[in-house]
Amino acid sequence: MSEKKLMKGNEAIAEAAVRGGCRYYFGYPITPQNEIPEYMSWRLPEVGGVFIQAESEISAINMVYGAAGAGGRSMTSSSSPGVSLKQEGISYICGAELPCVIINMVRGGPGLGGIQPAQSDYFQAVKGGGHGDYKMLVYGPATVQEAVDIVYGAFDKAEQYRLPVMILGDGMLGQIMEAVTLPEMRKPGDIKVPEWATVGTHTGADRKIINSLYIEPDVLEALNRTLYARYAAMSEAETMVEEYRVSDAEVIITAYGTVARIAKSTVDILRAAGVKAGLIRPITLYPFPSATYRAAAKKRSVKEFITVELSMGQMVEDVRLAVNGKKPVKFYGRSGGNVMTPEDIARFVTEGK
Amino acid sequence: MSVVYKKSKLLTDTPFHYCPGCAHGIAHKLVAETLEELGQEGNVIGIAPVGCAVFAYNYFNCDMQQAAHGRAPAVATGVKSVYPDKTVFAYQGDGDLASIGMAEIVHAAARGTNITVVFINNAIYGMTGGQMAPTTLEGQKSTTCVYGRKPEINGSPIKVAELLATLDGPSYIARCALDTVKNIRAAKAAVKKAFQNQLDGKGFSLVELLSSCPTNWHMSPLEAMKFVGGEMTKIYPLGVFKNID
Repeated sequence: MSEKKLMKGNEAIAEAAVRGGCRYYFGYPITPQNEIPEYMSWRLPEVGGVFIQAESEISAINMVYGAAGAGGRSMTSSSSPGVSLKQEGISYICGAELPCVIINMVRGGPGLGGIQPAQSDYFQAVKGGGHGDYKMLVYGPATVQEAVDIVYGAFDKAEQYRLPVMILGDGMLGQIMEAVTLPEMRKPGDIKVPEWATVGTHTGADRKIINSLYIEPDVLEALNRTLYARYAAMSEAETMVEEYRVSDAEVIITAYGTVARIAKSTVDILRAAGVKAGLIRPITLYPFPSATYRAAAKKRSVKEFITVELSMGQMVEDVRLAVNGKKPVKFYGRSGGNVMTPEDIARFVTEGK
Repeated sequence: MSVVYKKSKLLTDTPFHYCPGCAHGIAHKLVAETLEELGQEGNVIGIAPVGCAVFAYNYFNCDMQQAAHGRAPAVATGVKSVYPDKTVFAYQGDGDLASIGMAEIVHAAARGTNITVVFINNAIYGMTGGQMAPTTLEGQKSTTCVYGRKPEINGSPIKVAELLATLDGPSYIARCALDTVKNIRAAKAAVKKAFQNQLDGKGFSLVELLSSCPTNWHMSPLEAMKFVGGEMTKIYPLGVFKNID
């Protein structure tokens, strides 16, 4: 039976990963995600899994590479400066077509930045923070429950598309306590070891090789085309978006993650004041729900878009690409760990500041 | 007619890309023969480095993973987490292990992770064309220390075997040379001991193999082998530095 519990975001995400089949976790301490490795350190041994506190983020992501290459459901988590360190490994994981789950509880930057919530790693997550042509499946959950549901299924998606699934949260999502319904533990028999995994038994023509080195240009180009065909299929099948009071809206506010919850309150405040506002909330950040914006931009009733982020403006670029000049796209953001109130956004909508 | 010698079953038929006089081929042979003799065919996952041995995944007849530069011990740790009963080895050069990957090797050793590391020390970056390695000898010339390595500018050679032997984690640390038949036989015994320790669950083991790089040392293969035995062993003495029973 599924059960309802009051849980901190980080811990709920860790438990959801375990129930989704995660048995190998490698990480390094960094605020505000420490509850994930702390939870995994005692929880994974309970279910026959392995937790290793690595000597660095670099080592942690490469342990994920090794375990994922061996067919184990593997995961790491970190926060912004640590995720920067992981970028080399993420690129290799994408090049070697390995599945894994990566949690980024984003904090303010650049540099060491701060430890308060931020969304300033959007570009890094969806445009590819490491070298080379690659994408990940990136989710921006708004609630602990949504994060739990996404993480639970994330290993299946990662294995289906053979790429990392990244959960782009923030300090708020990680630290907030909310009531969640936890899914049931996946049965070990439901999870198959992929046929390409280096399980150690193969020799001769059956050997499995996990590799991202393709010295022949044509072979490497063919790999890139294969990856991009897969991303295209993923865009068709996996794009997720929520629309709230959009049907007759004149002002479309758009935000993702925890900020979308604040923006949703703004929509209600504005509606109560007679302003026809609505909200578009991307749930997948890559693939980006461009079609939803395109459709809204075509509507005569829609006058403008206002993108709200905890950054100096990152997702707004994807919104502008999707809207493609058909309507004005404005930006309102806070950074450094400051968080806007619903009233702040409402004031920006009505007064432009 | 009786067969007195044949290539190990743990090597594929792919021709080595290594230069004439390079000791990588000898090291590959020792690893493959050892795995075969220990009955590990069909029970091995190897990790290839970045560097001259990057294509090792084409040569060892077992499942292989190619790791990012210096990260082979971390990748091996991940693999071993999933398959504690499989034999897992990392094969690394000196730039890979002792420069960019120093943290990974030290911490895999400190954890006592039950893997075997074969470490090729040829005192140079071979694949990239002969740049200074952390193991380059004082006075030895490279493309990034053209007048010879100067300690006041470039620091001094890193002695990996001695360094790792200070840790409590490793079960076996040895240094051998691949320059003479006698030394190669000793190296084979050390490699075998290192893998046997893994099979016995004793924890981390590493064998440092002093190797030749005629191409980037600008020597003939014979001169290069003499350099290994004559010059390298002065700075890198052969021996067993750690052995826990």
